[in-house]
Amino acid sequence: MTLVESVLAGNRLALARLLTLVENGLPEGWAALNELYPHTGKAHRIGITGAPGTGKSSLVNQLALFYRQGGNFTPRRVGVIAVDPSSPFTGGAILGDRVRMRDLAGDPGVFIRSMATRGTLGGLAATTAGMVQVMDAAGFDLILVETVGAGQSEVDIARLAHTTLVVEAPGLGDEIQAIKAGILEIADILVINKADRPGVEATERALRNNLQLAHSAPRSFQHHGHIEVLSEHPQKDPEGSIWTPPILKVVATEGDGIAQLVDAIEQHRKFLEISGERQRRELMRIETELENLLRDTLVARWRTTIDAAQYRAVLNRMAARQVSPWQAVQQLLDGGEG
Amino acid sequence: MSEPKASVTERKIRVVVAKPGLDGHDRGAKVVARALRDAGMEVIYTGLRQTPEMIAETALQEDADVVGLSVLSGAHMALVPRILELLRLNGQQNVKVFLGGIIPDEDVPRLIEMGVVGVYGPGTITEVIIQDVRQAVSGSAGSSPD
Repeated sequence: MTLVESVLAGNRLALARLLTLVENGLPEGWAALNELYPHTGKAHRIGITGAPGTGKSSLVNQLALFYRQGGNFTPRRVGVIAVDPSSPFTGGAILGDRVRMRDLAGDPGVFIRSMATRGTLGGLAATTAGMVQVMDAAGFDLILVETVGAGQSEVDIARLAHTTLVVEAPGLGDEIQAIKAGILEIADILVINKADRPGVEATERALRNNLQLAHSAPRSFQHHGHIEVLSEHPQKDPEGSIWTPPILKVVATEGDGIAQLVDAIEQHRKFLEISGERQRRELMRIETELENLLRDTLVARWRTTIDAAQYRAVLNRMAARQVSPWQAVQQLLDGGEG
Repeated sequence: MSEPKASVTERKIRVVVAKPGLDGHDRGAKVVARALRDAGMEVIYTGLRQTPEMIAETALQEDADVVGLSVLSGAHMALVPRILELLRLNGQQNVKVFLGGIIPDEDVPRLIEMGVVGVYGPGTITEVIIQDVRQAVSGSAGSSPD
């Protein structure tokens, strides 16, 4: 049996190894993704993002538990990908999200994988999308992707996830933080965790005011100079319904409010189906994926053609302020004088 | 920001650091986790009071190259063989297991015989552990094919 066949047959060690191959960007990993691609597209992808310490991992723990045990649906198989930052200096990382997920131990219907960003900004690692595809193909119905502790611009998760949860906690920043662009805008569901703490009313008020200010703007991304429209007219979908992000209060460590949160996720999932938004997002995600791959592949291909000495020479001229970064790029691409 | 590099394809050493058993002293585990991180490794930290089953499950899901255990309760002669056995049962016999904590000298030869790669007591210089981990991983195909 090949590795891919073993993964499709539900072998967990094979899955773990394949995830490593994909994470490391090895040729076997890419080949496996090619083979697995027809098996993907079934899972519902839920993104969990928010500032450090808001309780994302505890929330993932409770969500996975609920989907496995609670509610009146058959237990769904849950995959978790938890991303933590790599050190920019040593490249090392402490991946500590599992500490909060110990309730999930021993359940064969749950598979948790930690990964480091390895230098990628935006809240995810470069290969997170590929790892999600592997889990999707391996038959996980629900894939929870937890981003690094995110602030204001780590919004890549909204491209990857079907449903994005933005987790807030009382006592973090004032109303101006809430109306800044970025992470709040990507929320399909706003979660106020630690809702037993003082200040929860103020946090809720700030978020609610922010939502009321929000116009139903087309959900699009400004990305690398071109605009990616995620949904052109969310207010004009066939059913005439508009998705307004609900604000839910939970206490993740106690499990309070989790049933309501799962309810909201299921409602959002239905909204995506009925409105056609799911397909639109899927198309957009696929396009982003293709663009990124194209860019990476072109750069990698170009790298093999460039002489290291020439590269260094241009770099040195730049350091000496003899050429600007833009001129340096021109010289490298045009193979200008070395 | 110097040489052209392909950082994504870089192979990282993945280490699960775990505390099996019931003692609540995780300072040593945290110091070692931090040291391995600073040596450029990816350390999956699992926290206190892990059962052998939980540790083996983590090592499997994370496709670990190395498992570092910290035991200060005196229960190492019960916990460590069980963890080694579970790793083997899961097909992860290539995973290198290291042990730290309060381990009596007379137990060390038996632990090594069982398959533990290194045993470290209080006061061990972290540089020594880092070297040993690097050497152990480079000396084998590791848990995943390169």
